[in-house]
Amino acid sequence: MTLGKEEAEVVLRLDRISKRFGALKANNAVSLTLRRGEVVALLGENGAGKTTLMNILFGHYVADEGVVEVFGQPLPPGNPRAALSAGVGMVHQHFTLAGNLTVLDNIRLGTEGLWSPSVSGARAKVEQLSRDFGLAVHPDAKVGRLSVGERQRVEILKALYRNARILILDEPTAVLTPQEAEALFATLRKATALGLSVIFISHKLHEVMAIADRCVVLRHGRVVGEVDTHATDRGALAALMVGGELSLPRAEARAPGAVLMKLDRVSTPDRGAAPGLKAVTLDLRAGQITGLAGVSGNGQAALAEILGGLSVPSSGQIVLGDHPVAGWSPGEALARGVARIPEDRHHQGSIADFDLTENAVLEGYRTRFSHRGWMNWRAAREFAEGIIKGYDVRCPGPETRIRLLSGGNMQKLILGRAMAPGPRVILANQPVRGLDVGAIAYVQSQLIAARDRGATVLLISEDLDEIMGLSDVIHVMSQGRLSPAFARGTMTAAELGLWMAGQRFGEADAA
Amino acid sequence: MNEIIDILISASFWAAVIRIASPLILATMGELICERAGVLNLGIEGIMVIGAFTGWMAVYQGMPLWGGVAVAMGAGMLFGLLHSTLTVPFGLSQHVVGLGVTLFATASASFAYRLMLPEVTSPPKIEPFQPLDIPLLSDLPWLGEAIFSQTALTWAAFAVAGIVAFTLYRTPLGLAVRAVGENPAAVEAQGLSVTGLRMGAVIMGSGLMAVGGAFLTLSAFSSFFFEMVNGRGWICIALVVFGAWKPGKAVLGAILFAAFDALQIRLQQTELGAVLPYQLFLALPFILSILALILMSRRAEVPASLMVPYNKGER
Amino acid sequence: MRLEPIANPSAARQLGLPALALVATLGVAMLLALIAGANPLAVLGQIATGALGSKLAVLETLNRATPLIFTGLAVAVAFRAKLWNIGAEAQLYAGAIMAVVLGTGALGSPWVLPLSALAAMLAGAALLLGPVLLKTRLGVDEVVTTLLLNFIMILFVSYLLEGPMKDPMGMGWPKSTPLIPEARLPRLVEGLRLHWGFALAILAAIIVWVIQTRTTLGFEIRAVGQNPEAARFAGMPVNAVLVKTALLSGGLAALAGWSEVAGLKGHLSSDLSPGFGYTGIIVAMLALLHPLGVVVTAIFVAGIFVGSDAMSRAAGVPTYIADMLMATALLFMVLAILLSKVRVVRG
Repeated sequence: MTLGKEEAEVVLRLDRISKRFGALKANNAVSLTLRRGEVVALLGENGAGKTTLMNILFGHYVADEGVVEVFGQPLPPGNPRAALSAGVGMVHQHFTLAGNLTVLDNIRLGTEGLWSPSVSGARAKVEQLSRDFGLAVHPDAKVGRLSVGERQRVEILKALYRNARILILDEPTAVLTPQEAEALFATLRKATALGLSVIFISHKLHEVMAIADRCVVLRHGRVVGEVDTHATDRGALAALMVGGELSLPRAEARAPGAVLMKLDRVSTPDRGAAPGLKAVTLDLRAGQITGLAGVSGNGQAALAEILGGLSVPSSGQIVLGDHPVAGWSPGEALARGVARIPEDRHHQGSIADFDLTENAVLEGYRTRFSHRGWMNWRAAREFAEGIIKGYDVRCPGPETRIRLLSGGNMQKLILGRAMAPGPRVILANQPVRGLDVGAIAYVQSQLIAARDRGATVLLISEDLDEIMGLSDVIHVMSQGRLSPAFARGTMTAAELGLWMAGQRFGEADAA
Repeated sequence: MNEIIDILISASFWAAVIRIASPLILATMGELICERAGVLNLGIEGIMVIGAFTGWMAVYQGMPLWGGVAVAMGAGMLFGLLHSTLTVPFGLSQHVVGLGVTLFATASASFAYRLMLPEVTSPPKIEPFQPLDIPLLSDLPWLGEAIFSQTALTWAAFAVAGIVAFTLYRTPLGLAVRAVGENPAAVEAQGLSVTGLRMGAVIMGSGLMAVGGAFLTLSAFSSFFFEMVNGRGWICIALVVFGAWKPGKAVLGAILFAAFDALQIRLQQTELGAVLPYQLFLALPFILSILALILMSRRAEVPASLMVPYNKGER
Repeated sequence: MRLEPIANPSAARQLGLPALALVATLGVAMLLALIAGANPLAVLGQIATGALGSKLAVLETLNRATPLIFTGLAVAVAFRAKLWNIGAEAQLYAGAIMAVVLGTGALGSPWVLPLSALAAMLAGAALLLGPVLLKTRLGVDEVVTTLLLNFIMILFVSYLLEGPMKDPMGMGWPKSTPLIPEARLPRLVEGLRLHWGFALAILAAIIVWVIQTRTTLGFEIRAVGQNPEAARFAGMPVNAVLVKTALLSGGLAALAGWSEVAGLKGHLSSDLSPGFGYTGIIVAMLALLHPLGVVVTAIFVAGIFVGSDAMSRAAGVPTYIADMLMATALLFMVLAILLSKVRVVRG
């Protein structure tokens, strides 16, 4: 099947693209060629420069050096409109949809002259494309009410509606169940059969092996390898990607202890399209890592808020130790030995313009770093220095503003802050998202160490590999409902995927 | 009670309601456009002052009335350019910049007024817009006086509301404006310019605000006083919220509001006015505005990216 | 264009750009003078001498600065928490009313001064409490509610001056009965027309500075202002912090009115404040919200107003030039603050 690909027409050429952000060289003389009808994977760990490269191609950024050629024509830099009209369509990792508009309006947006009347026939074309590519979604639905999977279909339809010949997908499977990912792959195969070309950005090796013809590997902004996926294996790709042996910690099984925290038939109200919790019962046991799998937007946020003290149940109880909690709040959660690693370290976990000292004492300033309302800045600074040393936070010093730290170092500070009081319960919500492999290994090993000390860890993640690698028991969340607990090693990814899609819940109800 | 009913059924009352509503409708439409695109324009109060002053001054200097309207609109657009340059590409605080623009515009009007009329103690009058005499309709009993005795600028205000509604909901431009106030990244990804749309909306909206101000001098009072806008701009901001960011509802809100205002003026002449201090009546519009904000606080469908600046490539 | 944060902005950039903003404002002043047909340099000179040229001028400037320090502090405190209190004007009048209520014979010395100051602060705080509760409970934007309250308050003052507080000896002028001598703030130095309000304003600035840098409340106010979501996540009582900020801010603004009545005027009139509440926003922004900086910028702003009055009489340039300069300075300053932290890059 690779026969003839060599001769196929080159549709896209990136030639020695370089881009700096301040001191960071995000792309360093990156070159890439895409041919008609092929899928090229752009592989690299977080921060390798994949998204930057595609943002340059699409015109969100202007490259410092280098040329982009589409169908042999140079693309004017910094102009998404030019990229669109040259036939480049991009499906962003963070969807670019207006939630107050319908599917059809989101697709039409920007395709017609601003001053001309709306064209008819848009709906027919969208419906046709939906059928041709297997992208089921209702044109008149408000986008704000769609599920994540549906929104992604709208994004792809947007590109197809503009007759895109080149599709760029940035980490498209991060938000999908394994089954939805399969459906996406089917759509992509249909597209390439029709002569479209695809750039598939990912850091997941098995997906790259499954869908791509060729794979370009980026590391620290440079191309470190370009291989035919049929002539390589996962191990070799992994070594290329991280520049050495890939070794993430794996947690060994342990005997579970007493229940430290419990949710007893807890429900919360829905919030717009985001489902609330539906009578969720959950036991978090000492010496155990509980993994929570699920497609984003299925109630994980509501669960994290409940456990972290940011909201209270509309019905049901939270039990800590032996007693139901009263006056539940973030402060109360902290006082009761619940540590939280937030999903969004930039907006929830830290204050960008505060220095490391101030960020380090955000949670403990009342109890540990002040007296009768007066701050003890000396103790605060010593505490920050302790975390910086103990958790290997790379920074110029405690007076550095935290916004200047890399994601990994920021997360280490947050981790150190959370672990300092010796918590019994640790809620880790997407603790390694967006980190490089070194930081991932570090954070995960700290979570395992906390478990081994007798704490209970709840790990919320959209990454099934991460969940399956670390968890002693696994729950799946779908539409605000929680699956039974599955012990380590009893479920395959595909089976968990059925739970994630909500199918198994229905069967359990019927039985 | 009978007095109130008498007032409510009189044609002159409704004529006043429509007259009072007209500048509010113009300025509210201006603010609505800005906010729909994601920019809160607190420059409104000052821009209305500038509109009132420049429109009046242009006519006083010999321009035709519609020329005055055009001058006011142009002046408003200039201040809109100032506001949007600072808040859109530079992403500065819309609160601080808006207040700054209001202070700057108000001071500019005062400065220019004193400069151009240094010795004057009472401001000169101009010949304002006269009620349009519409054949047949104006002669209708009651309706003729209540509705068909308005000036051309009033008719223009209602026409503007219709045009704004049509543009927002029926044209690709309106679609883009609604999208950019919700999620600018969506607009950018579809090849449209976030900066262009937002700046355009603020400039256009500011032009309308200024025409709303000019209504006061060119159609209502025929002269310019320093304090004449007197919080109308802030009231219009409340009206946008009250109208849930929808042109039709905002117009209804403006009319409702104007009805209360016209009513309080008339009530001052009644027994009620003899008992209650007149300041209470004057405060009524402001109190109503606060009540409107409270009433709508839970239901309002605020544009998701209102007051959120957009910087390319920031996540 | 795109804005890119500068990792470690140099001190030159952080101080130089705001300084440049002030220089640019002077440029605008000269331009306005030219438009008015006057000699630009002479106009600047006349403003400077008008503000600082004699002992009398200096005292007038410091007197004018006193309420501006209070309102500037009120705004600086609130804006730190991103609480947009635009209602300092109304809170100022609330304080002024309390000075009259308690200072016209209801209380005798020695308690009348401290008690009327306390009552003024409580009144100002109470006035801001409504908008802040509407913000925290219902999400109503406090900018609009505080602005609208300014108009309501001024009408209320007008009602008081024509009704319950009317001075029977006032010859028809809308002003209140005068304060008893015990309720007046004494002069700072005998024989000089500068009252204790000025010293109290500086004391207030120091207290606010200590609160902001040394106390948990100050830490909370800054955290809530920078990132309320992270503050809430970390267990800070965000709404309670906003309420405390509002009480502090409203109380400070009220002291402006209290000190104008008790220190300078001796009675309440509806022209007590020529927009001190709004000018406080400019004072606070020019000081980059630093409480000690507020003292400096308040004196600077007061000097511009006092100097412009004098210049206007001499050179015939409308005195509103001062208002234009203040608004210009505000807009230049917010831009300068931004550009001291980011650089503008292409693409």
